[in-house]
Amino acid sequence: MQYAVSILLSGISLGGQYALIAIGYTMVYGILRLINFAHGDVFMVAGLMMVYLSASLPLMASLPLMLLLTVLLGFVIERAAYKPLRSAPRMSVMISAIGVSYLLQNLATYITGGLPQMYPSLPFLSESVTILGAPTKWVTVVTPVLVILLVLALTQLINRTKVGMAMRAVAKDFETSQLMGIKINSVISVTFIIGSFLAAVGSMLYFTNYPSIVPLSGALPGLRAFVAAVFGGIGSIPGAVIGAFLIGICESVIKGSDWSVFSDAFTFALLIVILVVKPTGLFGEKATDKV
Amino acid sequence: MKKFLAFALSCSLALTALAGCSSTPPSSAAPETGAPEASAPAAQSGDKVIRIGVFEPSTGDSGPGGKQEMLGMQYANIETPTVDLGGETYTVQLVYADNGSDSAKAPTAAADLVAQDVALVLGSYGSGVSMAGGPIFDEAGLAAIGVTCTNPGVTAGNDYYFRICFLDNFQAQVLVNFAEEKFSAKKAYLLGELGNEYDQGLISYFEQTFSGEVVKDSFPANTSDFTTYLSKAVAEGCDVIFCPVSIAYSTQIVKLAADMGLEIPILGSDTLDSNMVLEAAAGSTVKLYVSTFYQEGGSEAFDEGIKAYINGDSTAMTNNGGNDTIAAVTAMGYDAYYVALEALKAAGSPDPAAVKAALPGVTYTGVSGSIAFDEQGDAVRDTAYIKTADTANGVWTLETVQTAS
Amino acid sequence: MLQQKSKKGAFLALVCVAALLALVVALENTLDPTKNILLFTSLKKGAVYALVAVSMNLLNGFTGLFSLGQAGFMLLGAYTYAILTIPVESRESVYYLYGGSAVKFSLPDLFGGADTVPGLVLGVLIALILAGCVAAAVAWLIGLPVLRLKSDYLAIATLGFGEIIRAIFQWDKLGPVTNGANALKNFPTFSSFNITNADGQVVFRLSTFVAFLIAAVCIALIVLLINSSYGRAFKAIREDEIAAEAMGVNLAKHKRLAFCVSSFFAGVGGGMFAMFANQAQAKTFTTAMTYEILLIVVIGGIGSVSGSAIAAFLYVAASEWWLRFLDAEMWVFGIKVPFLRTGFRMVVFSIIIMIVVLFFRQGLMGSRELPDLFRRRPRKSPRKAGEHNG
Repeated sequence: MQYAVSILLSGISLGGQYALIAIGYTMVYGILRLINFAHGDVFMVAGLMMVYLSASLPLMASLPLMLLLTVLLGFVIERAAYKPLRSAPRMSVMISAIGVSYLLQNLATYITGGLPQMYPSLPFLSESVTILGAPTKWVTVVTPVLVILLVLALTQLINRTKVGMAMRAVAKDFETSQLMGIKINSVISVTFIIGSFLAAVGSMLYFTNYPSIVPLSGALPGLRAFVAAVFGGIGSIPGAVIGAFLIGICESVIKGSDWSVFSDAFTFALLIVILVVKPTGLFGEKATDKV
Repeated sequence: MKKFLAFALSCSLALTALAGCSSTPPSSAAPETGAPEASAPAAQSGDKVIRIGVFEPSTGDSGPGGKQEMLGMQYANIETPTVDLGGETYTVQLVYADNGSDSAKAPTAAADLVAQDVALVLGSYGSGVSMAGGPIFDEAGLAAIGVTCTNPGVTAGNDYYFRICFLDNFQAQVLVNFAEEKFSAKKAYLLGELGNEYDQGLISYFEQTFSGEVVKDSFPANTSDFTTYLSKAVAEGCDVIFCPVSIAYSTQIVKLAADMGLEIPILGSDTLDSNMVLEAAAGSTVKLYVSTFYQEGGSEAFDEGIKAYINGDSTAMTNNGGNDTIAAVTAMGYDAYYVALEALKAAGSPDPAAVKAALPGVTYTGVSGSIAFDEQGDAVRDTAYIKTADTANGVWTLETVQTAS
Repeated sequence: MLQQKSKKGAFLALVCVAALLALVVALENTLDPTKNILLFTSLKKGAVYALVAVSMNLLNGFTGLFSLGQAGFMLLGAYTYAILTIPVESRESVYYLYGGSAVKFSLPDLFGGADTVPGLVLGVLIALILAGCVAAAVAWLIGLPVLRLKSDYLAIATLGFGEIIRAIFQWDKLGPVTNGANALKNFPTFSSFNITNADGQVVFRLSTFVAFLIAAVCIALIVLLINSSYGRAFKAIREDEIAAEAMGVNLAKHKRLAFCVSSFFAGVGGGMFAMFANQAQAKTFTTAMTYEILLIVVIGGIGSVSGSAIAAFLYVAASEWWLRFLDAEMWVFGIKVPFLRTGFRMVVFSIIIMIVVLFFRQGLMGSRELPDLFRRRPRKSPRKAGEHNG
């Protein structure tokens, strides 16, 4: 019982953290049709920034500053690495994304000197709590709640505001919306800003749980979150969230079984099966250009 | 113009990332190359120079361990910067090549050392890279002294690779004996990184030697969520957890165990003997035991000297994980340097072939015990120290000394 | 007219390649092997990467299928090669954790052992071909479902496939075959081809030559394929699938063919990589390796065989040799050069790559080939490969 609870808890909190990353993937893909390979690394850089900022600043200052810098990083990446390639073939943009990911990882290696960095422990979130006999941290409990709140806020933003309307228009038809007078570039920037912000929040939750950061820390959660986004139907925010929770729980359950060797492989096998059987994912819109 | 703008932006992208971290704590703002300051003025003396290659990872997941091992060599190099061969005094210079903990990059790193005319090579931390670089040294006729690469495959089939540490099978046996004697363990949980020959090798030996039942798990590279694995160990009712994983993972596992209030003792191999792991356990009730090559207090003079060195050099301090606890690999690196000097003295010249010929006959008593080589090139060693983390004071204390039996 | 021209071109290319191989042999036997070891190591690795990059280019550049499974196929090739060529007497020590190998024979031994010329040459040759075949067979299998996907979905699916293969080969239950997490070693490598005298001293070096020879033969085969009617069908698929189908190109068949051929050569390249690295270990063949190869293809120019080959050598030499000085501290007139420390090499290198990706989108060659550069006025290069926002 206690074991089952702890597996479930760990799955849910992992899922929540993947969800925050997956939203970034799914929004960018919905608008630009680009798999932003660098997104996982933005997540890792956000964690590293928190490590360095909190070493010299109080938490009250370092936390907002970290969020701000991550948002700035996402914005700058889009402007520097993706915008110049807007008219280029899709493959070029994807390669550029891989290049940015490579650059961020190498920068992180250079700055940390290859040493793992310990994430500062945050008050409240890092404290222990026991749920149904399973010891865990408060962050595990907070994560799903926070994710749901953020997603509700995000759907409000997308459905009720002007920017949100523009985003939906751009996602539907890139060229036509441009003709209708929507400032494509600012809409894309807003998308990246939202995605990076959520990744920053996600990194705070994730690294509070698993406090050691190495340059490759973002790669695996990034890929998993991407699978979650595809699973839920890329372009759909609720889909990404549900997909992420399912992936997180599956991962936890497999790790707890005798097949733990294949916990990674399973995620990818699932991806291939979904792509082949139902390429639009659980909640994806029917679109002809995907398969 | 547009291109210029985009270029400027891409530069600023790089800068943002740098700037984000520019408010670094003073310790890591300092330059932190492997090379100590001493190596720069060393060249000025203008007399004869002997180069010793240091084949160690300073990046990748073995990076922290590699850096600690290099600390020992650097300190030894400062302590004894010269060697007398045939009446002439040579200045010893350490030449570094980062193998990046990656066996795909190790051959070129090894080739880099060969091209730099070194007399012999020290390293590496991590067996995989040693095995990948080994044939390059073998072909170039360059002797290599493995410091803490414990996999049997390093010296097997390679005449030019020697090592001064014990082997995986010995280490696993020591830990099995310890687990059975101290905890009367009947069931053990074994956790290692998938595809890592160090982890999996030790786990296999442990499984073969252990008389009780085992539960085995492997996690994929770059995992950071170990909750499920530890919960499983609890649920299975295991008496001990054995996780011979690299420093980056072991800090996470130990930290998690500390947070969970895990009561099952954790047994670790030599990689866990790091102050970063110790720090992760600090202030908790976690029971951590590691087998290792050296226990602080083994040599007063060495302890004092290296602590002074680490405290006096901010780079060394960062590389040692921010405090002056001595890692066993540092002591091993220190000994390796002196074994290299002994080999040079025995050879009487810096010629790699002569050094290789002299090496099998070298004996040396270092801080980690006496060192001699068998016909395979492995060190003849029958002692391992088992130490435990004193979590209240944040230090290692000696638990027992185990010999092969 | 056209026929004649291409014949002449083929002859010229043959002469050029022969001259290059002769140059390699000459260099290897005249230069000091110790002083120039980095040159030869880079050349060998470059040859391996050139083959793999060209095989990836066949898929990504010429057929327009964006696949990221190259490292997975290399892994299959490397393991097949290693398992088939480890001498029987060293199997015990290589598979020491599993008490010997489940595979009880070794190809070089079947032909008289790896010390003899026929044993070595035939054994290695057959093992490399089988390495390719295994990769191609697996490619055929996974191609059945995966090739129905398009562009980035295909990329992600093949990327996932690479990860799955890696996990399977690391699984300790398969240890007697794959040696689990341990590296496979002691098989014939490039250095085994050096001719030694009775004392074991090298009298004639052929190691770099062998690497070049295998890579050159394979790349030549790929070029022949590209210039055949199949190659024209591939390019038609790349430009417009619907139009190609309307012209009578069997989409499924040609895509599968391109995928299998590409994987075949990636498998051979994997075997060669094992020969270069002196060992085969699953954890080497990561996604990062696929990315490296992809970047080589991009730097060389998507759709240019010679571009990929040249870029492979530049990439390897730059990342592992020329920029190495950036990792060490440097003192100029008593002043320490700032920024230089471990890891800086890769930062500089990745910035260079970003600059190429952003500002020199055509790469070194665009979609031209080396001979095009010597023609009077190269035609305006055709639109870049894979250029369809679909």
